[in-house]
Amino acid sequence: MARIELDHIRHAYGPNPKSDADYALKEVHHTWEDGGAYALLGPSGCGKTTLLNIISGLIHPSHGQILFNGQDVTDLSTQERNIAQVFQFPVIYDTMTVYDNLAFPLRNRGVAEADVDRKVRETLEMIDLADWVNKKARGLTADQKQKISLGRGLVRSDVNAILFDEPLTVIDPHMKWILRSQLKELHRRFGFTMVYVTHDQTEALTFAQKVVVMYEGEIVQIGTPSELFERPKHTFVGYFIGSPGMNVVPVEIEGKQARFGGQTVDLPGAPDMPAAKGRMELGIRPEYVRLGREGMPVSIAKVEDIGRHKIVRTQLEGQEIAVILAEDEDVPADPHIVFDTKGINVYADSWRVAWGG
Amino acid sequence: MLELRNVSKVVGGKTHLSDISLKLEHGTLNVLLGPTLSGKTSLMRIMAGLDVPTSGSLWFDGKDRTGVPVQKRSVAMVYQQFINYPAFTVYENIASPMRVAGIDSATIDREVRKTAELLKLTPYLDRMPLNLSGGQQQRTALARAIVKNARLVLLDEPLANLDYKLREELRAELPKLFAASGAIFVYATTEPLEALLLGGNTAALSEGRVTQFGRTIDVFRQPADLITAQTFADPPLNTIAVEKKDGAFHLEGDINFAVPADWRGIQDGAYVMGFQPHHLSFERSGKDAFAIRAKIIATEITGSESYIHLAFANVRWSMLARGVHELNAGEIVDLALDPRNLMIFDAGGNSVIRRQKLAA
Amino acid sequence: MDKTWNNKAWFMVLPVLLLVAFSAVIPLMTVVNYSVQDTFGNNQFFWAGTEWYQEMLHSERFHTALLRNLLFSFTILAIEVPLGILIALNMPRKGWGVPVCLVLMALPLLIPWNVVGTIWQVFGRVDIGLLGRTLSQLGIHYNYVQNPLHAWITVIVMDVWHWTSLVVLLCYAGLVSIPDAFYQAAKIDGASRWAIFRYIQLPKMNRVLLIAVLLRFMDSFMIYTEPFVVTGGGPGNSTTFLSIDLVKMAVGQFDLGPAAAMSIIYFLIILALSWVFYTVMTSYDAER
Repeated sequence: MARIELDHIRHAYGPNPKSDADYALKEVHHTWEDGGAYALLGPSGCGKTTLLNIISGLIHPSHGQILFNGQDVTDLSTQERNIAQVFQFPVIYDTMTVYDNLAFPLRNRGVAEADVDRKVRETLEMIDLADWVNKKARGLTADQKQKISLGRGLVRSDVNAILFDEPLTVIDPHMKWILRSQLKELHRRFGFTMVYVTHDQTEALTFAQKVVVMYEGEIVQIGTPSELFERPKHTFVGYFIGSPGMNVVPVEIEGKQARFGGQTVDLPGAPDMPAAKGRMELGIRPEYVRLGREGMPVSIAKVEDIGRHKIVRTQLEGQEIAVILAEDEDVPADPHIVFDTKGINVYADSWRVAWGG
Repeated sequence: MLELRNVSKVVGGKTHLSDISLKLEHGTLNVLLGPTLSGKTSLMRIMAGLDVPTSGSLWFDGKDRTGVPVQKRSVAMVYQQFINYPAFTVYENIASPMRVAGIDSATIDREVRKTAELLKLTPYLDRMPLNLSGGQQQRTALARAIVKNARLVLLDEPLANLDYKLREELRAELPKLFAASGAIFVYATTEPLEALLLGGNTAALSEGRVTQFGRTIDVFRQPADLITAQTFADPPLNTIAVEKKDGAFHLEGDINFAVPADWRGIQDGAYVMGFQPHHLSFERSGKDAFAIRAKIIATEITGSESYIHLAFANVRWSMLARGVHELNAGEIVDLALDPRNLMIFDAGGNSVIRRQKLAA
Repeated sequence: MDKTWNNKAWFMVLPVLLLVAFSAVIPLMTVVNYSVQDTFGNNQFFWAGTEWYQEMLHSERFHTALLRNLLFSFTILAIEVPLGILIALNMPRKGWGVPVCLVLMALPLLIPWNVVGTIWQVFGRVDIGLLGRTLSQLGIHYNYVQNPLHAWITVIVMDVWHWTSLVVLLCYAGLVSIPDAFYQAAKIDGASRWAIFRYIQLPKMNRVLLIAVLLRFMDSFMIYTEPFVVTGGGPGNSTTFLSIDLVKMAVGQFDLGPAAAMSIIYFLIILALSWVFYTVMTSYDAER
């Protein structure tokens, strides 16, 4: 397994990129730790697949270098980089048995048959397919096929990293749960370096130790799931992570207070204001808005009961504020809301402002 | 009203649908919820008139329409794949059903622009569908289904191929879009959460059978049987075998608790107990809650919630807890479960006295 | 899968049914009629029973023509299928080369059979043909009019030139349907070119290949126009295939009875072999 260094990487699909807009991937400069589980999260067209393909060697970046364990692999082909990849749709060799599918990468590399047998049986045990050894691969279900794709990466002991390109797209919700926890278990036991591309926040947050949120070709934040949830660096992260996303309200800042309409909200501290004061916004997640009989008066637009909790869409000073209510809580007759101070973030021109004194 | 009476479909000796009876009212949104191959698409094809049932009949507004081909019915359909005419502009794509119907071009223009506005497609009317994003392509397909003004609109996992956030947006718009038309909407999905967000009614499907049909939230809260409860649980339902004896439920790990009022009258014997993962908690919530000691297998944190995989006795459970809980694998934790939230199923998998609705 | 019923559909099919009745069923019945009768001209017919069938089945002439035909079919299949696959594998998958290659491949298929024959007949002539003269100037005594082997080679090369494109186009269609992810995965697995062909491309081409083989087999078994134009079945009888022999018998010698019996047997052979192919294909499908 390897540490992956992305050294000032930029990529444009067209020739002669001039402005920033020509780049599908704007500057990425990061080091990913050996044995880490990373998720690249973002909407389609945000550059996450481009970045994955640069790591796997399918795309040669326009600028910058990529290093595995300090060794420059920018000019190496996919084969030479020794990576494994699981694709969106299961790739299996139809005509082979499950066993032969897993043995394939080893046999291609001329591994002795005794070692092949040992490694394949070990891997089948790991991915929980030991009972399927001699079945033809084409008769399997989608989740089993995805496990085989993964297994073909796991059999090789020299793999630098395992890459996942939206691997759960074709899997039923219940199976997603099981596959995800098996993946996590594998990561915990064997410490593979894993990079997982997805547009699904739940998958990204549950899978990864570090989530890389991408937006319009840029990495907007890298953080643990709780950092992304508590302290989104950019309003996009607030919107993209969480369902519903973070409530964002345009405000005016005065010391330790934020004002909007006729309302005043106390902040946990005075924001460390940038020199040029830009467009100011207050962000608060629906989980941190309390609905009760005190606070700012709101009207209720809609209540969505989704079983384990309710999403209440309220109106405050012409702004929609979403509130999350527990399963057994009810909407009061004269509804008011209060913002929980610890859930408040302030943004200047969409970027988060740190708290000053 | 669309009514299916004892509809079955057998293809090459395999039963795709078995004895389905459903009544769908005008102006309602009806979700078909079930895993892949549970028969959602087969059922939709029969509703549309693309297939004939092997037995049973299909009635529309009191008339037997079994065997009437799709061209003669008032049906619109939207698929998981984004299906548009690639050689037509977005405008012409939306206009196409009205052109076929021979509507004058002034009306067509008005309708197309109105619908495009509704679906935020106005800036793209002159573009070709293949040059648009997935979300815009699917909006185009939806717009076509709306202008058709059909009496029956079938949506077969229309959002499955879209980005998570786009899905959220379109899902919120869909019920509004269709509410005004008074048509019957049928929406197939594999995701329980999607059914809950859409609301309306839900028919839970499993292996070609409709296991329950009713208001979505009622089916979720009071499943008629174990299969429905499992179909409608995401994360998966937790279950364990229990025994009722001497006024108490006994389960493995020497845990027993007094039989809650709802089930006092049932016979002693073996049952299956089920509960949703979010009903396990770290604190004792209700006064009747009982303690369960389980081992942590793995934790997954989504930011606001933690999904925790547990081992209890010889079964695997999951727990959905609010907040961030960093727990190490192998750790032993004490959890609480309120008996009010239980579901009890008999040996045949049927729900024994449906759980009382929580104080609404 | 049973679809909704619509009785109007029968009216749509009726013209085709009539056409088939007049172009196939009725002529076939006439042939059956001829095959069990004998005639001495004057439109007088006598009942002959299975006499012609027995005669045909024991006829040396029929046997050799049949063998010749089988040999021809298997030879061209053995050349056209691997060659077609090879060309399809090497065709570009993207860019401007795609339409160019497709048009080039489609060209031979657009030329009428008798024109193909004429082209090759002229092309191979030793006195004026480009191929014939070039070969003889290279010192090769090529003469398809007199040398049976040369005649065979000419007919086979002509068929390969004419029909390999069909195999290519079918295989190409199968190949382009393979998603990129498969090739990427194979690269990552370290698969050789051969392994990629054997485990990814060939399995995906399987079905179209069966169709290609079936089409080429039926077609080559019924070949008539091209060899007739080029060699006229000669030299001697060396390129006299079943169909050519049949015409000789019926039109040239006016042996209507034996010719009719022969065409029925010929028809049954093609039917039987096609059925075998069909069964193989469907059982393959069922297995999937």
